[in-house]
This record gives sequence, structure tokens and C-alpha cells, in this order.
Amino acid sequence: MTDTKTIFYDVVVIGGGPGGYVAAIRASQLGLKAAVVERENMGGICLNWGCIPTKALLRTAEVKHLIDHAKEFGITVGKADVDLQAVVKRSRKVAQQLSSGISHLMKKNNIDVHMAEAALGGIVSGKREVVLNNGTTLTAKNIILATGAKASVLPGIEPNGETIVTYRDAMTPKTMPKSLIVIGSGAIGIEFASFYADMGVEVTVLEAQKRILTAEDEDISAYALKAMKGRGLVIKTDVNVDNVTVTSSGVTVSINENGKSHSFNADRIILAVGITANTDGIGLEKTKVKLDRGHVVTNGAMETDEKGIYAIGDMTGAPWLAHKASHEGIIAAEHIASGGESHAEGVDRNLIPGCTYCRPQIASVGMTESDAIAAGYTVKVGRFPFLANGKAIALGDDNGMIKTIFDAKTGALLGAHMIGPEVTELIQGYAIAMTLETTEEDLIHTIFPHPTLSEAMHEAVLDAYDKALHF
Amino acid sequence: MPLIMMPALSPTMTEGKLAKWLVAVGDSVSSGDIIAEIETDKAVMEVEALEDGVMVSIAVAEGTEGVAVGTVIAEILDEGEESQIGAEPNQTSAPMPEKASDLSLDTTKNAEVTETNIKKVSSAPMSAVSTSVDPSRILASPLAKRIAAIRGIDLASIKGTGPKGRIIKRDIEEIDSAPIKAHLPSVTSMSAVAGAQTGSSTLVENSQMRMIIAERLQQSKQEAPHFYLNMDIDIGAMLDARRTLNAHAPDGVKISVNDMLIKAAAIALKRVPKANASWEGTHTRLWNTADISVAVAVEGGLVTPIIAAAEDKGLNVISAEMMDLASRARQGKLMPEEYTGGSFTISNLGMFGISAFSAVINPPQGAILAIGAGEERAVVRDGQLTVATMMTATLSCDHRVVDGAVGAEWLKTFKEIVENPVLALA
Repeated sequence: MTDTKTIFYDVVVIGGGPGGYVAAIRASQLGLKAAVVERENMGGICLNWGCIPTKALLRTAEVKHLIDHAKEFGITVGKADVDLQAVVKRSRKVAQQLSSGISHLMKKNNIDVHMAEAALGGIVSGKREVVLNNGTTLTAKNIILATGAKASVLPGIEPNGETIVTYRDAMTPKTMPKSLIVIGSGAIGIEFASFYADMGVEVTVLEAQKRILTAEDEDISAYALKAMKGRGLVIKTDVNVDNVTVTSSGVTVSINENGKSHSFNADRIILAVGITANTDGIGLEKTKVKLDRGHVVTNGAMETDEKGIYAIGDMTGAPWLAHKASHEGIIAAEHIASGGESHAEGVDRNLIPGCTYCRPQIASVGMTESDAIAAGYTVKVGRFPFLANGKAIALGDDNGMIKTIFDAKTGALLGAHMIGPEVTELIQGYAIAMTLETTEEDLIHTIFPHPTLSEAMHEAVLDAYDKALHF
Repeated sequence: MPLIMMPALSPTMTEGKLAKWLVAVGDSVSSGDIIAEIETDKAVMEVEALEDGVMVSIAVAEGTEGVAVGTVIAEILDEGEESQIGAEPNQTSAPMPEKASDLSLDTTKNAEVTETNIKKVSSAPMSAVSTSVDPSRILASPLAKRIAAIRGIDLASIKGTGPKGRIIKRDIEEIDSAPIKAHLPSVTSMSAVAGAQTGSSTLVENSQMRMIIAERLQQSKQEAPHFYLNMDIDIGAMLDARRTLNAHAPDGVKISVNDMLIKAAAIALKRVPKANASWEGTHTRLWNTADISVAVAVEGGLVTPIIAAAEDKGLNVISAEMMDLASRARQGKLMPEEYTGGSFTISNLGMFGISAFSAVINPPQGAILAIGAGEERAVVRDGQLTVATMMTATLSCDHRVVDGAVGAEWLKTFKEIVENPVLALA
């Protein structure tokens, strides 16, 4: 599409990530003519440079971990050698396979994909123009902004692609460092720390807050800290990075810990200190779209202050999760198709589960115990360790626990927090329970199959009501 | 012709009795055969088979009452056709046809609609509020049920906003905290729901307030044995007193006849405390203050804001409070505590020229006073025909708590105070 032309759509989605492409599919299902504009790869960061390729890497880490411990399972093997190139190649192949799958989904749903950069233009005869950098102009009754976010950087610690890197270079290493510093202990930082540590790298995690994984419940955060330290990672919390110097052999980091300065060397730094919404250069200044601390402000139906312009996903604020973006995309598309009737209530952010794929895995939904107490609830808390779960013991993977938080008054499940084997696959059980507004009674009476890890979910509910059977 | 559903015999029918099956499971039926008889309070009607086939199952037994329209009642299959029962998730609660005009004995069509809805990619929003719900079943989340039970809220009085109209936590929490406005339909929403137009009538969805009024007044008439006492009262002296009071009232205060009746009723309740009572099953509650609920007509129904402890309040205060409450009632801005918990109600239709009427008691109160118009009437006094400004007051009493003599004593006291306003000073 090199020649100048104008194409009309009911909905133009800017950004082909998990928010944008899902919004386009839903819009198309509802009979709207939809297009997606994507500047790089369909599937966005999630699929190409985030969730998916890192899961491929972490699977490699898991395989290596199992091989390293094969003897415990009665199998003798030689030392596992890591072919880094092959590891990265597999990760890239997984991402590419899924990205081409998205392109196929677009075709199947009659959605035009414009591979270009887009910016909002003016309004021409009641319709907003979207100007592409390939010469094409689209006009649309409705626009869904889904431009996502990019890695934040710290002043004075500029990524250079070699010794100071962000997620992209971190998941496509050309060489394996001997030592690594991860700055930031959110989900992204901890996953990279976990992967590199399993690959045999000496990993140090630096966190400015008092604890790691601050989004998680304090008990889970403390358990994770202990588990990661047990794996040999060095984790320093409540520290400030004062200075980073690039040297001939790597980097030197000066930190301030308890008022004392000290510095140490490493081959590489991964910066994982949060993300910044992509709101520049997309023509927002031509609209009434409002920003609040860098994020686009929307109502419950994801519509911005400019009627007909919606925003979804990372650019609208935390939690920065693909499934939150997809859900918001569906809401926006349905709001458009319904003529503005549906979804005034918006997404209940409390019902968005979060998963971190470090070892042991972490997953949670709803309020932490301290959130619930701060919100004025009297809580009943249940805990159950995986070391009392038969399946976990059989798997040789019984490090972890589950914590449930109930409203003592109504029996509402306020939150569930898990660390341990495959908990990222288990959390949706609690998410369904919370979305359907079950009480402890329904959960207590639900039959969980034996032997499964999910029995620990049941026991953690029973424990909150002093009925735990196996601990 | 897979599923036979409960047909609607009239546009307003929501349920009926399956009076009789005329065929048994295993019977062959031909198009046109009468297979069942359906009975409502109005009529008995026959259900015809529309195609040939074999009756493979009967889902609703003969004699079952209250079968919701749209419920699957039986299945008739062609030879070789596979049963839908068990295969489809919706078999026992098949959706009602959306529009009343779609309701017909053409059950085949309904069955097909159901099937299509299930199989195609739904064009309805994934969490849209849908219209077609089995009316006999209240959809509510376990948590909503639990909170409603804790707070003593009747789920039937709540409109759900979750998927398919399911009552969720949010709906109950709104009942608890929001002003009554949340339950008042706005003029626009009334016209918006007036969509289901059939030939000779328009089906208007009942507002939350309408449902509550219906439920409470039905409960009152069913549970509280009403009896009625009438009394004609001369209001001449009260009108004179009102003129004097208004001539000396502060700016902005204009005492109405109704304000004076509120005060008179409150004093009468203090003097005859047995009339200021509520039936509570094993106990009778005697109220210590006369908290007078005053019926105020609002768009789509009525509310009863309360003048608390009216016996202790001056008429200027009652008048100002009443003005504020009535105005906010009409705007739908009353807080729940402002219209719940009164001990006695006054309903005045005098302004419409109604000479006398009997009101339905506002439960759990023990009595309600219905006020007719003040009008000049011919009266006989000391053997002479004369003209006086008269008003008829009718007291409806719940005989469980207010006996005839108590009600009569109260009404007599009320009459004395109205006719001799100076007694209010005593």
C-alpha cells in the first residue's frame, strides 16, 4: 500500500498486541468493519517480546533444572550443556509461530492489517482520520488506541544493548554472562533472574522497595524471597542504585544499602524497573484525550474524553497484563457495537489475576491480606503448604503454599495468593470463584480431584474456616 | 420438532398449569394432534403437535402448576433424530421468546431459535444484561444471597445488573447505600422500556419501586386484617387557627392543612399509645414516638417520608421539614432512613376532591389515616341545618394490634384536636 488512498472503517485499532487484535476480532464478530494498524509484529510485545518468548525460555530453564536433578528421580544423565543459540532460537520460533497465527486470525475475521505507524489526524466530515506513515489514510467512526508501553529507564543507566539491557536483549542473549544484576524485582525482573540463575549465571537482584514482588501478598513475597535465596540468588531489597559505570569487562554498580555505599561488578545489567505508556507521536494532542501520570484516562467502557476514541491495555495503566488488555479490548468493541449501551461498570481490576513464571511460580487474584485489612474487612485467612499435597510430593516439587483471604462477615473470597508448582495454571479456579461471587460455602462443597495440586486450593479454603484436613 | 415448550396463551401470561397430557411417552403423534392441555386462571387451551414424530420424553408432569412460559415440557422426535435433552445446556430453562408478540403455540419455532442462539457466535455482548429470564427463578450470586440474608433484604425486590439480570453484590450494596433514586425509573428509562408493544397493549417493565409497592401492599392486604373507621370532622376552627398561624409565621413558612393534621395525628397517638403499634408475630411493638409517614406521590409510584417525633415539633418545623422531604422525594433524593421506619401513615387525597377513601396499611405499621377533601357540607346542629367545612377521615386498622375500640378512641381524640386546635397546646 504505497499509493495515497483513503479507506473507511467502523473501527480502527492502533496496535496489534493482545489488546488490539482481540478488540478487532470482537468488533468484526459484531459486524463492524475493522482494521488493525501495527508497526512491527502482530501480537505485540506480549507475543513477540514478552509473555510468550520468555515462557519458552523459562521452559528451557525448567528442563535444565529437571535434568540437573534427574538423579533424584532415579535417572542418571550426564551434565546438561546449554546451547544458548538453540535456546534463543526456540524461543523466537515459538513467538513467530504465534504471530503468524494472529495474522491468520485477522484474515479469518476479515480484518485489514496495515503494517505501518499510525497517528490520529483531524476530523473530516464527522470521521476521524488515521494517517499512516506508508501514505495511506484511514477514516474511522471509532478508534481504539492500543499502543502499549515500553520499558522505563533510570536516569544515568542508559541501555546500550550489550552490558545494560532491557527485556528485548535480555531474551535474546548472544552470550551467557557469568554474573548478572537485575534491577527491579517485579514480575519481569524476577522471571529473568530465575531464568538466568537456572542457566548457571550468578544473579543479583536489586530492589528499591522493602520487599520483592510488591504487587503480591507479603507472605508470598517473603516466601519467594526465601525460595530464590535458597536457589543461590543474591537479593538486596531497600537499596538505591547510585551509579552504574560501564567498564571494559562489564559494569560496576554502586549502591546505597542502609546508608552505606558499596559497589560490585557484573558482566551485565538487566533493567526491569517498570514500563512507560506509548502515548507520544500518535496525535493525542489533536483530541480531548486526557493523560494522568502518563496513562490515558478512560471511563468504564474504555472510552476516552474524546467521544469515539477508546484506549485499552498497558497505555491505560496497571496492571500491565495481556489478559487485562484483551478484556478491555472486548469491552471497548462491545461498547462501540452496542451504540454506547454496554459496560458502563467497566473492568473490576480486583478480578484480574496476575502470574509470575519464576521458580517457584507465583499467581494471585484479588486483595492481599494487608489490602483487605486496610479496606476495613475483618478477614479469615487460610494457608496450606504444598509439602502436604500428595501430587506435589510425587512431582518432586513441593516448595510453595497457598493463602486465601475471606471476608469474615459475608464469606466472600477477597483474594487468593499462591506460590508453588503450576500455580499459574491453578489461579483461574479462584478467579472464577471470585467472578461468580461464591462464598466459602460453595468452595468448601466443591469436589477437587485427587491427586492434584488443586487439592491444596481446597485445603487453603478449609483452613480459613479451621477445617483443613491434611495439615 | 425436538422440544415442546410451555406456550403463552395470552401476551400477559408468564406461567400456567400443565393440566393434562393427552399422549404418553412412546406414543406416535401426527401434526395437528392435541398433545396436552394448559390451564391458566383465565382459560384452558390445547397444545397441538406441529409435526409428526414420537413423544420421547415428558419433562413436566401432569398437574404441575406455575410452569413458566418457555420451559421445555416435552420432546417429540422424528425417527432417527437425536435427543436434545441432555445434549444442550439450556434444556430446562430455555429462554423465553423476547417479545410478547413472538409468543405463540408455534413451539417448533421457539426451539429452533434456542438452538441457533446457542450455536452461532453470539452477537450479544459477552456480559450484556439480557432480557429473557425464567421469571419464577431469582438469579443471584451466592455472595449476593448471603449479604441479602444478613441484611434482611428480599432478593425479589432487587433488579440484578449481572449477566442475564443476575443479582450480584454490587446490586445489593447499592440498595443499602444509595438514595431511593437508584430505584426510581427516570422518565426516559420508562419510555425506553415501553418497547414491547403488541397489538392492543404496551408492556412496560416494572420499576424497582413499583415492585416494592406491589409486594408490600399485597403483603399488607394478605396479612393484616384491615377494618375501617370513618369520622366526619369539622375543620373550621383548624382553618381559622391556620390563618392566624400563617399571619404570624416567619418568612417562607406557610403551614398547610396537612401539616396541622400531621401534628394532630401525632398528639392523638401520644394520647392513645395503643394505636401507635406494630404487629411482630410473637410481640407487639409499641412506638415511643409518633413518627408520621406521609404519603407523597412521585413519578411512577409513591414514597412515604417521615416526620419523626411529630408530637414534639412545632408546626413551623413540621411545615419546613415536609416541604423539604416532599421536594426531595419528587427528585428521588431521599435517603433510606428518611422513608423507612415510621410508626403511622397519613395519606391525603383531599386536593383531588376525593371526599373519603380507605387506605392500605403501610406494613409493619398498625394503622393509616386517609384524609378526604375539606368541603362545605350541610350539617345538623342542635336541630338546626347549618353549613360547616367538613372533612371525612378514615382510619384503616390492623386488627391484630389495633382493636375497634382503640381505633375508635384514637379517631375520636384526633377529631377533638382538629376541631379544638387549642388542645394541641395541652
